[in-house]
Amino acid sequence: MSLIEQKNISTEKIATHNNATVKENNFHLLKYSLVGIVFGIVFVKAEIISWFRIQEMFKLQSFHMYGVIGTAVVVAALSVALIKKFKIKTIGGEAVVITNKPFTKGNIYGGLLFGLGWAMTGACPGPLFAQIGAGIGSIVVVIASALLGTWTYGYFKEQLPH
Amino acid sequence: MQHLVSIISAPWPWYIAGALIGLTVPTLLLIGNKTFGISSNLRHLCAACFPSNISFFKYDWKKEAWNLFFVGGIIIGAFIATYLLANPQAIIIHPSLQADLTQLGITDFNHLLPNELFSFKALFTLRGFILMVVGGFLVGFGTRYANGCTSGHSIMGLSNLQWPSLVATICFMLGGFIMTNFILPFILQLK
Repeated sequence: MSLIEQKNISTEKIATHNNATVKENNFHLLKYSLVGIVFGIVFVKAEIISWFRIQEMFKLQSFHMYGVIGTAVVVAALSVALIKKFKIKTIGGEAVVITNKPFTKGNIYGGLLFGLGWAMTGACPGPLFAQIGAGIGSIVVVIASALLGTWTYGYFKEQLPH
Repeated sequence: MQHLVSIISAPWPWYIAGALIGLTVPTLLLIGNKTFGISSNLRHLCAACFPSNISFFKYDWKKEAWNLFFVGGIIIGAFIATYLLANPQAIIIHPSLQADLTQLGITDFNHLLPNELFSFKALFTLRGFILMVVGGFLVGFGTRYANGCTSGHSIMGLSNLQWPSLVATICFMLGGFIMTNFILPFILQLK
């Protein structure tokens, strides 16, 4: 909950910095779509959304996915370290805030369940959306089922071990 | 120019793709103090469409709308890459994977996903139903229970040196290894 609250505060700050109306604020959100477009192109061009690439990864038949994820982690970690070391601010002039990920047993149980699903569908949530853009219409069924899964988690959250 | 086009249409190497994905993290942080994580969108969509009076879905999802704009971009980007920057060559698949799958009646190696398993027609086969519907459910349930997916934990979390993200990533991989090597061979026999 704190994560969402912190994000809410930051969104509001940006809105006041830009003195934006609600309409303009929605317009500003298009910059995230631009980042998403680059991301979606990479997903398809590097075949990260391919079911075959995921099977090869889990059969240790290809280095490709390990190379992609490994490079991404190293580049992201170096960037985060530089942002922290030089206290680089956002374009809105705020200090960068990254919330910690608290440990819960869900990291284990949920992680294993997601791993099973990842190898079945050959896609994590990002690639699922990219597969729709790539014209594989039947993936709407997979996304609908993923939404049902998330909804079911929300329904039973209190009963599950965390 | 022709040379450039052929470089872009060929499959991109892992180090280019990895670097660009990695750069998404500082980009989102610096343009709006946003932390990278895609599976949260499944929660936002539930909160927007079917909150059903469940406390987990009672929050102002509109404040998280940036992430839905990000996902909208992913869909557009994938469309551009597929229809404007398409790779003219068939995708290359490891020969032993291809042999294993051919034995199980999967012969479509021309697409990113085999249409014997992922299509509206496949939905009415037992194995297609299991992979699409049960697999999708596990992705949605598991990512939320784990509090993140490959982007939120394995890339964002690991790059911020969060040990719970390392635990989650190890479990993602373990689940995947178990499924691909020990369970999937049986599911694929259920035609």
